[in-house]
This record gives sequence, structure tokens and C-alpha cells, in this order.
Amino acid sequence: MKYVHKVGCSIENLKGVRDFIRVSLKNHGVADLEISEIVLALDEMCSNLMIHAHHCNPEDLFELHIDIDKNDPVVFEIVDDGTVFDINQFHAPALDNIVQEKRKGGLGIRLVKSIMDKIEYQNISGRNVCRLIKSVHFQ
Amino acid sequence: MIHIRRIQEDGADVIALIGEIDASSSIELDLAIAKSVGEGFKKILVDCGALEYISSAGLGVFMSYIEEFKDRGIRMVLFGMSDKVWNTFSILGLDELLQIGKDKVEAKQMIA
Repeated sequence: MKYVHKVGCSIENLKGVRDFIRVSLKNHGVADLEISEIVLALDEMCSNLMIHAHHCNPEDLFELHIDIDKNDPVVFEIVDDGTVFDINQFHAPALDNIVQEKRKGGLGIRLVKSIMDKIEYQNISGRNVCRLIKSVHFQ
Repeated sequence: MIHIRRIQEDGADVIALIGEIDASSSIELDLAIAKSVGEGFKKILVDCGALEYISSAGLGVFMSYIEEFKDRGIRMVLFGMSDKVWNTFSILGLDELLQIGKDKVEAKQMIA
């Protein structure tokens, strides 16, 4: 089954994004702890997109697609027209460095990479598609 | 949305987090901790009992104070986390870098 959520690039909308993901995955009996990890990773991807690619402009829209079929990995797609920030090209900073440099950022990439099985980028008909894949347990 | 309440108990500043912390609300956590530090508290307890969600933006706020607290002799203990919230800290190994107690009683012992 496919779910689509269209959202403006204001970080105030992150709560709605999280609720959309929770409800969609819950419908299919995905375990709560797995849902919370997926929400965390996608919150990170979407907030990065809103802040860095769209400068929090609420007029800019992107789409979050969720494709769930029992016994298959869940596929999430973030589709937009902004600048691509390919997290595969960036190494997550070491935790020690984050602490020493008193940085508030840098944790997110590490988080997404630890949670998701695969992250890939494509350009389809001029739009950026970031696809995140995650195997889950269906209850 | 996050609501933050501060109360003082036995010389410690207890910061209670109620709701969700994400990129839009992590600044409020930052301000609350900064205020506590600014008022001279050396013992800070963070009550996570009603914290439903924390994103990396919120985790980053806690991380950013670790060095400063070490330099200034300030101790901070987080307590009362749900399994889901604790899992968020542990995915990144932050449970090793931050002091986390089970409940307020344990947190007070850790900070004594």
C-alpha cells in the first residue's frame, strides 16, 4: 500500500510528518520501537531538507511517500525540487569531536545511517528522489 | 511542542520536559539549560518522564554542554526516560556520554 504526505518546508510541520509516519506504519502492524526509530531517521531527513535545501520556506513543498507491503522492506521516498544533499557523501563526525567542539549538529547523519538499511538518491523527471529502505518486523 | 517547567529541589535545578523536542523546539531546551547555568546551579536534573520524543536536534543540545559542564564542575543527570526515548540516546551511544538515572531518587543519588 502507498501513502503520500505533501508538506510545506516549515519546521513547524515536522510534528505532522511524524504523525503521518506513525499512523501509516501502525496500520500495518510494525512494532512500536521500530516505528520510533524510523520516525527519528525521517524527521532528521525532512528537517535537513526543510532547513538546508529550502531555508524553511513554507511555500516550498515536498512529498513523503511510504510504500508498505507485508514481508517486504518498507520503502520511504522524499521527493522535492531543492538542492540535493547526499548524506552518503558525508562521514558522520566522531562523537568525541562533537563533544569537544560543543557542536549541536552532526548527530543526525550518524542516526539515519544507523537506522536505515539503505539510502539512495535518484533524479526522476527533474525531481530529486531520496529513497530510504528499512526491513521491519510485521506483527 | 515542548513545555518546560523548572523547580528547585535540595539545591538542584529540576528541568521537566513535557512533550516532543525536535528541530523547531530544541532551542527551548537550550534556553532552559542556559538559564539554569546562568543562575549558578551546579546540579541539574532533567526529568524526562513526560518526554514523548526527542530528535537529534535535542540530543545535540545535551551533547553541546558536556565539555562546558566538565570545565565548570556542573553535574547533570537525566532521568525517567521511556524505553523509546532511551533507545534514541542509546542508538548513538549517548547513554555512555551522559549520566542517565532510572528515576528521580536514583538521579539524586548520582548527583549527590
